[in-house]
Amino acid sequence: MQAMEYDKKQTAAWITPPMLIAFAVFATLPLWIETVGLYEYLAVEVLIWVIFAMGFNLLLGYGGLPSFGHGAFFGIGAYAFGLAQFNVWANLWFCLAAAIFVTAVIGGIAALFLSHRRGIYFALMTIAVGQIFYFIASKWTTVTGGEDGMLNIKRLPVDFGLVEFSIKSNVGLYYLTFGLFVVVTLLLWRLTNSPYGRVLRAMKQNETRVAFIGYSPRLYKWSVFTLSCAIAGLAGGLFAMAQEGAYINIMSLQWSGTIVLIVLIGGGFVSFWGPLLGVIFYFVSRDVLGAYTDTWLLWFGLIFMGLVMFKPDGLAGIWRDYIGGRKAKSEQSGNPATVASGR
Amino acid sequence: MAVFEAQHLHKRFGDQVVLEEINLSFEAGQLSGIMGPNGAGKTTCFNVLTGRYKPNRGKVVFEGKDITGLSPEAVVRKGISRSFQIMNLFDDYTALDNVVVALPQVRKRGFDVLHALDGHSETQDRASEILRRVGLAGREGANAKAMSYGERRALEIGVALATEPRILFVDEPTAGLGTEATAQLADLIRELKRSTTIVMIEHDMRFLFGLADQISVIHWGQVIAQGTPEELRGNKWVQRSNLGGLA
Ligand SMILES: Nc1ncnc2c1ncn2[C@@H]1O[C@H](COP(=O)(O)OP(=O)(O)O)[C@@H](O)[C@H]1O
Ligand SMILES: [Mg+2]
Repeated sequence: MQAMEYDKKQTAAWITPPMLIAFAVFATLPLWIETVGLYEYLAVEVLIWVIFAMGFNLLLGYGGLPSFGHGAFFGIGAYAFGLAQFNVWANLWFCLAAAIFVTAVIGGIAALFLSHRRGIYFALMTIAVGQIFYFIASKWTTVTGGEDGMLNIKRLPVDFGLVEFSIKSNVGLYYLTFGLFVVVTLLLWRLTNSPYGRVLRAMKQNETRVAFIGYSPRLYKWSVFTLSCAIAGLAGGLFAMAQEGAYINIMSLQWSGTIVLIVLIGGGFVSFWGPLLGVIFYFVSRDVLGAYTDTWLLWFGLIFMGLVMFKPDGLAGIWRDYIGGRKAKSEQSGNPATVASGR
Repeated sequence: MAVFEAQHLHKRFGDQVVLEEINLSFEAGQLSGIMGPNGAGKTTCFNVLTGRYKPNRGKVVFEGKDITGLSPEAVVRKGISRSFQIMNLFDDYTALDNVVVALPQVRKRGFDVLHALDGHSETQDRASEILRRVGLAGREGANAKAMSYGERRALEIGVALATEPRILFVDEPTAGLGTEATAQLADLIRELKRSTTIVMIEHDMRFLFGLADQISVIHWGQVIAQGTPEELRGNKWVQRSNLGGLA
C-alpha cells in the first residue's frame, strides 16, 4: 500500500482554499458545462458519484479497508429511496433520510461480519457481501423489479416549508445535489481532521498497535464502514432520482470494482480530493473517449495500469508533484511573490 | 504484594505447546526481568499477558482483578502497556503523532468527529515531553519510517509510555542496538523504573542484571529459575549461557 501523505498537520479550519475552488467550480458548472461540449445530466451524475466516492474513500483511503462490494450499498440506497417514496411518504427529505438510514442499518449489519477481518480476508468478505445483496435484489423481483428495475421514481420537490422548488429539470436536481455535496464535504473534512480521523489513519498503518494503545479496531472498522454506507445510501437516493428509477446493474461486482478504480486513479490514498478528481476523470473519459471508440473502457484500463505503474499516488499525486515542482523552482529563482507569501 | 500475576498459564498453537505451565509474579515498583533462549516462549508469554492471545488454561491477574482473555484494548485501558520486539509503529506518522494518538486524553476523544486536536497544545506538550524522556527531543517532526533504527526503538517505548501505564512490558529493547545506544537505554529504563513497574524480556545479560530486581528464566515453556540477579549468578543454566562475561 502506498505511503499516506494527507496533510501532515490536521486542521481546525472548516473551509480551505481547495474547498472553495471545488465549491466555486461545481456551483458554476451548469453555466459552462455545455460550452465545453458536455451536458447538464453529466454534471448531475458526476456530483452524485463524487459524494459516493468521497464516502467510499473514508474506508479505502483513510481506513485502509478495501471494500469491493460497495456498489451494493449505492444500489440499496436507490431502492430504499424508491420504496419510501412509493409506500411511505413522497417527501424528498423523508425519502433521502430513509435511503441513508436503511443503507446504514444494512451496512451496519454487514459490517458486523467484516469488522474483525483484515487485509485480503476483509476484501474477500466485502465481495461476498456485495454479491449476496446483488443476488437478493435480482431475485426479489416483487420489491426491486429484478432485471427491469424499479421504475417511475419521481424527482420530488425540494420543500423548505414556505418555499418549494422543483428538481424535474437536471439543473434543479443538480443544485440539490450540490447543496448536499457541500454538506457532505464539510462533514467529511472535519471528520478526517478529527481525532476519529487520526485513529482511522493509524489503523490503516498498523492495526495491531492501534489495539495496543487502547482503541478497539473492530469498533472503528464497524463505524467507518457503516458511515461510508450511509453516504453511499445518500448518493444512491439521489441517483434514483437522477435516473428516475433504481437499477440492479449498479450493484454488480463490476461497478463495485469501478469505484475502487476511480478512487485509486484520483489519488484517494494521498488526498482528500482524490475521489473527486477520479470521478471527474472517469466520467469525462467515458464521454470523450466514448465518443471516439466503443472500447473506451480498454483505454481507461490502460490509463489505470499506467498510473499504477508510474504514478501510484494518482491524479492528486501528479498535481502535488506539479505544485511542489513549481514551488521549488520559484523559490530557487527567488520569486518575490512566493517568498513574500511564505508559501 | 504482587501487582501482576500469571497463574498456571498454558498456551499451544495447534499441537505445538509453547507455554507448558507458567507461573510469574511481579512486584509493584520493581523491574522484573525475563530471560531464556530463543524460541523459549518469552514473547508468547507477553502476548498472553497483554491480551493478544487467550491462554488455553490459566489466569492473568492485575491489581487483584482477573484480566484473562481480555482484548488488547481492554488490557491497555486497565493500565498495562507494552512495546514490541518487532517494531510496531505508525510509519507514516511523525514521531510526535505516533505518541499523540496513544495518549489517553486523545483516546477519550476517539469518537470526536468534529474538532481538530491541533491547537490543543496540552496534548502536544505532553507528547513532546514523552519524546524528550525517551531521548527523541527535537525529532518531533521526523517521519517514523525515516528515523534510524535506534530512534525507532526509542519511539517504540515512547508509544507504549504514552498510554500512561502502571505496568510496562518491554520485549527485547536492546535488540540490534550498539553499545552507546544500549547505555542510553539503560539510563532511560532506570529513570522509568522510578515511576512505573516494568517487566522486561532481555537477552543482553549485562544489561538485564544491571537493572533488574528479580529475574525469571523461561525454558521449555516453564519458569526454570527465579531470583534476584545475585541469586541467579550461581544458577547452572544461567552460568552455562553467556553470563561468563559478566563476572
Ligand atoms: N502465532 C503463533 N502461531 C504459531 N506458533 C507460534 C506463534 N507465536 C509463536 N509461536 C511459536 O512459539 C515458539 C516461541 O516463540 P516466541 O514466544 O516468539 O519465543 P521467544 O520470544 O522466547 O524467542 C516458537 O517456536 C514460535 O514458532
Ligand atoms: Mg521474542
